[in-house]
Amino acid sequence: MAGGRHAGADEGLTPRLELKGVSKRYAGTLANDNVSLCIGHGRIHAVLGENGAGKSTLMKIIGGALQADSGEMLWQGEPVKMASPAAARRLGIGMVHQHFSLFETVTVAENIAVALDEEFDLTALAGKIRELGGRYGLHVEPHRLLHHLSVGERQRVEILRALLQDPKLLILDEPTSVLAPQAATRLFGVLRMLAAAGCSILYVTHKLDEVRELCDSATILRQGRVVALADPKQVDSAGLARLMVGAALPAVRRTGCSREPIARLRAVALSTRPPDAFATALRDISLEVCGGEIVGIAGVSGNGQSELASALSGETTGRADAVLFDGEPVGHLTVAARRARGLACVPEERLGRGAVARMPLTDNTLLTAHAMGLIRGGLIRRARVGALARSIIERFGIKCAGSSAPAQSLSGGNLQKFIVGREVSLSPRVLIASQPTWGVDVAAAAYLRQSLIDLSRSGAALLVFSEELDELLEICDRIAVIHQGRLSAAKPCTGAHLEHIGLAMAGIGPAFQSAA
Amino acid sequence: MQHLLIPMLTGTLVAATPLIYAAMGELVAERSGVLNLGVEGMMLIGAVTAFATAFAGYPAFVAAAAGAAAGAASSLMFGVLAVGLAANQYAAGLALTIVGSGLSGFIGHRFDSSTVTSITRIHVPVLADLPFIGPVVFNQDPMVYLALALTAAVWWFLFRTKAGLVVRIIGESPQSALAIGYPVIRIRYLTTMFGGGMAGLGGAYLSLAYTPLWVEDMTAGRGWIALALVVFAAWRPWRLVMGAWLFGGMSVLQLFVQGFGLKVPSEMLSSLPYVATIAVLVAISRNPRVLRQNAPLSLAQPFLPDR
Amino acid sequence: MRIVLEPRAAPRRLMRVAAPLIALLATVLASVPILLALGLNPLSTLKIFFVEPLNSPNGLSEWLLKASPLVLIALGLAVGFRANVWNIGAEGMFTVGAICAGWLALHFGAGGHAWLLPAMMLAGALGGMAWAAIPAFLRTCANTSEILVSLMLNYVAALILSYLVNGPMQDPEGLNYPQTSVFAPSAMFAPLIAGLRINVSIWVTLGAVFAAWLFLERSFVGFQMSVSGAAPGAARYAGFRQGRMIWLSLLISGAAAGVAGMMEAAGPLGQLTPVISPGYGFAAIIVAFVGRLSPLGILFGGLLLSLLYLGGEAVQMSLNVPASLARSFQGMLLFFLLAADVLIWHRVRLKRA
Repeated sequence: MAGGRHAGADEGLTPRLELKGVSKRYAGTLANDNVSLCIGHGRIHAVLGENGAGKSTLMKIIGGALQADSGEMLWQGEPVKMASPAAARRLGIGMVHQHFSLFETVTVAENIAVALDEEFDLTALAGKIRELGGRYGLHVEPHRLLHHLSVGERQRVEILRALLQDPKLLILDEPTSVLAPQAATRLFGVLRMLAAAGCSILYVTHKLDEVRELCDSATILRQGRVVALADPKQVDSAGLARLMVGAALPAVRRTGCSREPIARLRAVALSTRPPDAFATALRDISLEVCGGEIVGIAGVSGNGQSELASALSGETTGRADAVLFDGEPVGHLTVAARRARGLACVPEERLGRGAVARMPLTDNTLLTAHAMGLIRGGLIRRARVGALARSIIERFGIKCAGSSAPAQSLSGGNLQKFIVGREVSLSPRVLIASQPTWGVDVAAAAYLRQSLIDLSRSGAALLVFSEELDELLEICDRIAVIHQGRLSAAKPCTGAHLEHIGLAMAGIGPAFQSAA
Repeated sequence: MQHLLIPMLTGTLVAATPLIYAAMGELVAERSGVLNLGVEGMMLIGAVTAFATAFAGYPAFVAAAAGAAAGAASSLMFGVLAVGLAANQYAAGLALTIVGSGLSGFIGHRFDSSTVTSITRIHVPVLADLPFIGPVVFNQDPMVYLALALTAAVWWFLFRTKAGLVVRIIGESPQSALAIGYPVIRIRYLTTMFGGGMAGLGGAYLSLAYTPLWVEDMTAGRGWIALALVVFAAWRPWRLVMGAWLFGGMSVLQLFVQGFGLKVPSEMLSSLPYVATIAVLVAISRNPRVLRQNAPLSLAQPFLPDR
Repeated sequence: MRIVLEPRAAPRRLMRVAAPLIALLATVLASVPILLALGLNPLSTLKIFFVEPLNSPNGLSEWLLKASPLVLIALGLAVGFRANVWNIGAEGMFTVGAICAGWLALHFGAGGHAWLLPAMMLAGALGGMAWAAIPAFLRTCANTSEILVSLMLNYVAALILSYLVNGPMQDPEGLNYPQTSVFAPSAMFAPLIAGLRINVSIWVTLGAVFAAWLFLERSFVGFQMSVSGAAPGAARYAGFRQGRMIWLSLLISGAAAGVAGMMEAAGPLGQLTPVISPGYGFAAIIVAFVGRLSPLGILFGGLLLSLLYLGGEAVQMSLNVPASLARSFQGMLLFFLLAADVLIWHRVRLKRA
């Protein structure tokens, strides 16, 4: 593996970790198929792949949370069996999960203490937390309850927890999905410091620019198999993407936006009070979405996106004239009333919100499409429901075992296509989509983005919340930033400066001084 | 009136004791995310086992221990379903209550209306002779004192030890606790069995000390009141004791109200504990903030680790 | 070796029907060691339990008669369980329904009116609904657990009944026994076949089975309730009002239990006494589960549990075994059913440790 050198990196020694022919069957599919991997001391090695490629499963095996079906693992040249996360910790493997395994009702120090195998002494631990935090610039107050911390601060806790075990191998799973661009840069600085001190780093991601900026080498996974071993400094993004997807990335066509003059959906000085300390308050939000355009809301998760989506869709109600639909006050109306006026919604979570996991697709069609002539006299017209379900499946190319397949049997991408397809088939006047391509494979994601654009060009007003800035810049006409419950003005995408948006996501800059 | 106050307060502490045992056990189980509606059944099994043991001639503390062991064993029935097989926890708990009620009635059939010698009280040497608090506080049977010691132990365990912290985080998110590497299923079995053992002990106290005889379904709903007490206490041990004293007082009240010269139908007095349970539940449930901070987030949700 | 449960993507439909049968078999097998420990011959005891009660026309009549309230209450409960509303207070609603119907019977029975029975049925339904409105109100307005509230109300209802039959509603010529006077013929259901106790109220139950099927399987409101129970987040997302689901579940189950109470009072009992339900409220929960929360299944489940009741009484009479043994078997049936149910959505794998 040629590539950049770091001071202190050892070459020619046995690799820190080596995987040979690791396979794992998980939830009915072959998640990892004969995967081999090698990482040396002080190296930063990327594991690159799109959603569903098997990266998380592989990391769980290395971290001891799952057992491989076959293959072997060598730690410093010796074969090991990673029987449990504790065993992995003892060897010196630290994990920073994508979905933090943190507990909101206890303090930072307690959160860290549960993952350490040493004596339970919270005061001594607090001292170590402060000292280590200072050294790496990961400041956090040990005795604060976790639910008071922002998402970025919580990630610091997750990282400190791993660092306090003095790891020899640090695994990070999609760490920048919850960070603003500047914070991501700071994180890279921390990682380079660690690598320089001899710690090996496994960096799992689907973001190509990060791999090129940070990593020495990359293993590329596709559908559970290793398809390439690349040097990011020598392959360009397009090349990496081709390796990841197996073909050229599908491009999204965005025609010019013909924006209607009158706003279809408006928020006017929308403020909410959170029911408990765990939610974010919305503060004086104003927003306009017109027919024929897509407005995007960028922001790191936990800054009020779900609260805003909830207030607009009707799951939370408030002052009547805080939300206007076609000029009429609807802020006090419930979801059913707003849907009757032509509102549709694609929620953040697929299973448990957008669809009921154990119910068949037919029932899930009925969930929101019932107003499309599927009910007569209070009774369900099963034939019509089946017909609509089948037409959605066909139109959107959804791979499933028929319309009576339970929602949970579909892959993430196919289920998301179904949910978006269902909402689109309602011919809504306004569509609110939250994280529309989260956890979805590249092909389906491109398809979904195209569907959203097509919907808006047919006259609907679209509002899209997303944590992926690239996605918003690709499909949106105007973009706003949400930070701690406040919304910036929406500026046109063409000519938008990434740095300004990034700063706004961290709450810095002029964007929040004059919210229209 | 004055002469009634002392027996009333003494009676309150006694009446509160089975509630403290059963509810404290359930509190620990619920803190780990397991909701066991079978408390009533486990108390009955503990009661009949303890009674049968005492009837066979064994000393009281052996009988009480037998009751606790029986309660813990019966909780496994619920544990296998709810923790091991991730079945619906409400239905599993109800199954345990029905089986417990049936089995205990069946085993206790031949003890119907028999009696055993009650547990002797401890007479603390100097303090028991103090004017007012003496008889009330310092002249109770050992299990009353043990209940308070239990409370202190549970509080210290949950909030001052690492093991207790682990129980609490499992209650919040078993998935995350598993990801860190804790054996969630095994720990939930342990807390369930602790709950069963304590419920059995509470039942044992009923049949050995409170009314030292056996009658079918003698718990009369105390298991359900214990469940309500856990909610009322917002899953905090010392608040639970307050609640138990409140209920103890109320159930004793009906025995003494005639002494106060009031003519109230006996059924109305008997219904006081149940109505009061509803009232306190309403009072505590109206405050979402307290609940959100203290209610175990994963309570009653079936959990199956993916391996 | 380790036993591991793996979730299935799609349910195993065969298990839905097989699970109750497996549970029954397991209960019977588990009963053998218990019967042996009692010094009883398992085979002959089980015969007395399951076969003898059905051996005569009177036996069959009792079987259907006892199944009727179980099925009716279970139908009401199933509506709620689907919506994740846990009504454990059917006993209390049954009692209050019987009280309201009984009051009408005592006051208007002498007149021989034709409208009395329908009026009593209405009173039973309204009484049960009123009693169910309490947990419904407290759950929707004060976020209080309907499990504990409805349960507490069981005890309160029993105490109210006790007070009434010992006082205001007591039979003046009853030698101070805690019971009301026997109801007049116009306040009671006529027997279907002369000499047997089975009466026309079973048509009410059968009608309820059909109505429940229509509601649960074909109506949109029934669908909303299923969604509400399976995924409350999805119900909120789709705009289904949770408060409405809670009220509807509790009122329906209250009405069903109240009518069942009326049917018991105006049928086999013929009067009100301090204990009018041999635990129907809890047995109905088992019926609902054994019946897979579906009307046809509940019909069979009710027949099964009715048989368990009769078997318990038969064994008590001929072998002097207490009736609480039958209750244990009912509980064991539910236990094995919940265990067998796991196989619908999971498969069992043996893994090397």
